[in-house]
Amino acid sequence: MSTLSERILRGEAGSFVDVPVDRALSHDGTGVQALTAFREMGLSRIARPDRTSVVYDHIVPANNSVTADLQADLRRFAVSNGVHFCDIGEGICHQVMSEGVVIPGEVVVGADSHTCTMGAFGAFATGVGASDMASIWATGETWFKVPETINIRLEGKLPEYVEAKDIALRYVGLLGAGGATYKAIEFTGDNSLELDDRLTISNMSVESGAKAGLFYADDVTCRYLRGHGRDAVPQKAEDCSYVREETIRLDDLEPLLAVPHKVDDVRPVSDFEGTPLDQVFVGTCTNGRYGDLKRFADIVKGKKVRVRTVVVPASRAVLLRAIETGVLRDIVESGAVVGNPGCGPCLGAHQGVLGEDEIGLSTANRNFKNRMGVGAKYYLSSPTTAAFSALKGEIASPEDFP
Amino acid sequence: MKGTAVRLGDDINTDQIIAGRYLRTTDKSVWAEHAFEDLDPNLSSRLKGSVIVAGKNMGCGSSREQAAVALKEAGVVAVVAESFARIFFRNAVNRGIPLFEVPGGCTCSDGDEVRISLEGSWVEINGERYRALRLSDKMMEIIDAGGIIELRRKGI
Repeated sequence: MSTLSERILRGEAGSFVDVPVDRALSHDGTGVQALTAFREMGLSRIARPDRTSVVYDHIVPANNSVTADLQADLRRFAVSNGVHFCDIGEGICHQVMSEGVVIPGEVVVGADSHTCTMGAFGAFATGVGASDMASIWATGETWFKVPETINIRLEGKLPEYVEAKDIALRYVGLLGAGGATYKAIEFTGDNSLELDDRLTISNMSVESGAKAGLFYADDVTCRYLRGHGRDAVPQKAEDCSYVREETIRLDDLEPLLAVPHKVDDVRPVSDFEGTPLDQVFVGTCTNGRYGDLKRFADIVKGKKVRVRTVVVPASRAVLLRAIETGVLRDIVESGAVVGNPGCGPCLGAHQGVLGEDEIGLSTANRNFKNRMGVGAKYYLSSPTTAAFSALKGEIASPEDFP
Repeated sequence: MKGTAVRLGDDINTDQIIAGRYLRTTDKSVWAEHAFEDLDPNLSSRLKGSVIVAGKNMGCGSSREQAAVALKEAGVVAVVAESFARIFFRNAVNRGIPLFEVPGGCTCSDGDEVRISLEGSWVEINGERYRALRLSDKMMEIIDAGGIIELRRKGI
């Protein structure tokens, strides 16, 4: 009996396999480096353009002429090769992939560490670097060591104001930043998590070092994909052996933070109430989806944020829905700044970089020192905690709002 | 092969190896020049001829291959760690950097002489020999060729 990773990769844990890549993904950052490597290999044509995506999300629109030139070169290459190309404004690559591109059972390889997000569909999805991506462009294949698997059972129902991000922070804290290195995580258990919640949870699996973070496709997955015009069938879990098993009781969870500067330094929000903030950021491949924006909007609606607040929708589809439902209006009226779909300030390049000694609260997945501003400190939280904190101008719990 | 130890701790992330603000270029010397800038601004001057000896989870975080390229361009001979984050590990192999994963880690200080053997899968520091995990044949083939680009150029 096999784990889901073993089934998809068709090999036992520990063995090396060569596999066709169903979806090869890169973006304006890593794509430029992959193109350099591809040319250094003496190549010009992508073997499987039908399975290749290039999505512009990291620094969009271009912030200076160096970036613009690099993006123009990659754009010409991608278009002339006939790949699935998404120019500025379509959204974060992982979000675009989740809107009907990736289906269960696929092997998804991305030149971005958060490619693991697609594990939410029951795909084997993992990140690689630029020259691995260039190799995949060359052959349509790559090699893997089939990982051992850690099982995390998610049991029960989340309390009010506690959400998928808190689950993600909980297990990253539990495993530690290197606790799942070389391994896959399978998330199972009796819970009522929607697909968007699973995306948030799978997204952060790399923060524990994991190669992939998978959910079995079920009726929730199939219903979600039908809504995006794709057919899928559920995956049945087999009895299989895990190298480690953990259970997280969702009923017992409380709102959590990752505190500076370690993703696995996870503490209750209540321990940090009153910490003054200079900026709140809501967005990213972790928490920039419609539901995230809606929960934020529902809390700030009719009120004013007391700290500068940046909200960046994860995709054009998310932005459109937020416009149609009035969520965007609530956010703008609260005093927040809304950016175009993309990664926003997450990687510290533009759209809300912090100054020295400033303190930020972000719904992103990394709080590494200097990442979102040299000399700044960043706390990571859910959009709900971000909303309550934006209203107070300091880290706040829902309990602070009777 | 041998080099001078540059001792680093656990969970060194690729943002620390090369910060995001230096990524948007194809000039590799920029990454070598600014390597480890946010960790220690003086570190990049000590990288030529060095062997990096890190703790657990070396190279975690972003998939940026510039982190591996920075080390190669700066003249790092090899990287030894108690464990590696897997994307950095693959990137380093693909850039032809010899890697040594030593479970349990090594006793080592800045400036120690580090001797290494990829064929023998060992690391020697201060007379103490540490066994490293053996790389797969495919990884050895890539490193021997000087990296995946060189290997592909040969049409393999």
